[in-house]
Amino acid sequence: MKYESQRVAMPYFIFALILFAGQIVFGLILGLQYVVGDFLFPEIPFNVARMVHTNLLIVWLLFGFMGATYYMVPEESQTELHSPLLAWILFWVFAVAGTLTILGYLLVDYARLAELTFNEYFPTMGREFLEQPTITKFGILLVVGGFLYNVMMTALKGRKTVVNIVLMTGLVGLAVLWLFAFYNPGNLATDKYFWWFVIHLWVEGVWELIMGAILAYVLIKLTGVDREVIEKWLYVIVAMALITGIIGTGHHFFWIGPPEYWLWLGSVFSALEPLPFFMMVVFAFNMINRRRRNHPNKAALLWAMGTTVMAFLGAGVWGFLHTLAPVNWYTHGSQITAAHGHMAFYGAYVMIVLTIISYAVPIMRGRPYGNSNTAQIVEMWGFWLMTISMVFITLFLTAAGVLQVWLQRIPESGDALSFMAGQDQIAIFYWMRFVAGAFFMAGLVVYLGSFFIKGAASPAEEVRGPATADA
Amino acid sequence: MAERFTKSMARNIYLGGSVFFILLFLALTLDTQVRAMPERDNRDQLTDQVVRGKHLWEDNNCVGCHSIMGEGAYFAPELGNVFDRRGGGDTEVFKSYMKAWMNAMPTNVPGRRQMPNFNLTDDEIEDLAAFLEWTSKIDDNDWPPNIEG
Repeated sequence: MKYESQRVAMPYFIFALILFAGQIVFGLILGLQYVVGDFLFPEIPFNVARMVHTNLLIVWLLFGFMGATYYMVPEESQTELHSPLLAWILFWVFAVAGTLTILGYLLVDYARLAELTFNEYFPTMGREFLEQPTITKFGILLVVGGFLYNVMMTALKGRKTVVNIVLMTGLVGLAVLWLFAFYNPGNLATDKYFWWFVIHLWVEGVWELIMGAILAYVLIKLTGVDREVIEKWLYVIVAMALITGIIGTGHHFFWIGPPEYWLWLGSVFSALEPLPFFMMVVFAFNMINRRRRNHPNKAALLWAMGTTVMAFLGAGVWGFLHTLAPVNWYTHGSQITAAHGHMAFYGAYVMIVLTIISYAVPIMRGRPYGNSNTAQIVEMWGFWLMTISMVFITLFLTAAGVLQVWLQRIPESGDALSFMAGQDQIAIFYWMRFVAGAFFMAGLVVYLGSFFIKGAASPAEEVRGPATADA
Repeated sequence: MAERFTKSMARNIYLGGSVFFILLFLALTLDTQVRAMPERDNRDQLTDQVVRGKHLWEDNNCVGCHSIMGEGAYFAPELGNVFDRRGGGDTEVFKSYMKAWMNAMPTNVPGRRQMPNFNLTDDEIEDLAAFLEWTSKIDDNDWPPNIEG
């Protein structure tokens, strides 16, 4: 850690991990409700648990991105953060607002929450992933705005690196696209169209820029490869992400009202969306092969490799599986979508945040070369347990989805099973998914446990040729 | 990557490519929203009642269990075409079906998925029914493949 103000990243990372644990608890509740339908009913109905599960994910990833940014930007721009105090204030505002929102979901009826937060005067609630009360949405806008101001002022007064430029573009895009969360017309078809401006253009657009920037930063630090080489890769990767991903939004416009040309545009461009993820895999492994040093933080390196592979599988391969319009006609809104969603979010965004945490947190704790060997081994156990569990969650959901499509979608009306009759037929896969989810939870416990193991890695770095000065 | 491929070339692909595709996306959005959608979303039938129904749909977080036009949660049946599935395409039939259904919830059958009772008035249930009927008539390229949704 070269600048004292980078330390404000720490509370962001800690809080992110706490929310991550909460997300998984609610994931298990949901998984059980799929097979034991009345589990926790009426105390925590499915829709409430799901809202908590998805909103915790979004919020903890935002905490992770912010922590990553606060850590990276001062070091990249070679100057202290503009205002560590502002970063601390915004942390508490976001943490309190986020916690209150989640408690609101759990403690009062959703309709009552809408009433209490005056949703009728500015209705934005009740849309998937955008369930937050309008006032929370303004809170997020305020926090992200203040955060952007803080890091922009930092980035502008110091060295301009490609990592910073790409990261800033991604974050500005995140903030601007969030504005569409406030647009909720009475026409459902229009509502849905612009809803995707937040959802798709975040996860298949600007978030990829954030991911690319974090990955590039960590690879510069861990491999010592010349910044010029890494920055060139980064530009090409994020270029591909936007070139394919923006028109790729069209794969969501197939069946919600927009005209037929989107069937072609959405299919062709989203079929190319795996490319940037594939390039990330090649990029990471290439840089590691060409490394100038063997960094003692092996766990961080594992996360960096893992995130590219899992993002490629989850977002790339599982996305491609059902993105072509003739396939999506059958699979749209089935468990195949759920399978893709789980692995894509885990691979791309959960793992990239855990990558930067694995790299940065030991440094902030006074362990510049990483955690002790024991702690790293435990962390890697956490990595493998969570990652393999997620692979199985995805496979079981895919099997459930294929059967669901086979029973409910493919036969003609009259022969097709009803939704609930189909669900009963595929319950075995939901059970297996729940078991895989329990293993994921075990992996998370192991992972979190690794933070409590004392000791640091030894400073010896095996150098393979001259490492660059600023890495 | 070959040395001939410089960082500034990479940057230009990033900037040029993004700007081009953002502009293309905005142009397509304009065409979709201004030219195409009025023909496809039957907005001439978008009454106040339908809008009230949409707000009820949102205020009770229906999308937290159900999908509508394939989007939402996958815990409970698709409702984009429920007007055809349960109402047989008839407004009055659908309204009475909706009243019977909403008031029968929850079933409390042990082990089965439960839908809460949202304590809606008859008028509110009619608003919700109007919203679902209107939704079922959006031209969505003939999705879903069959009546089961």
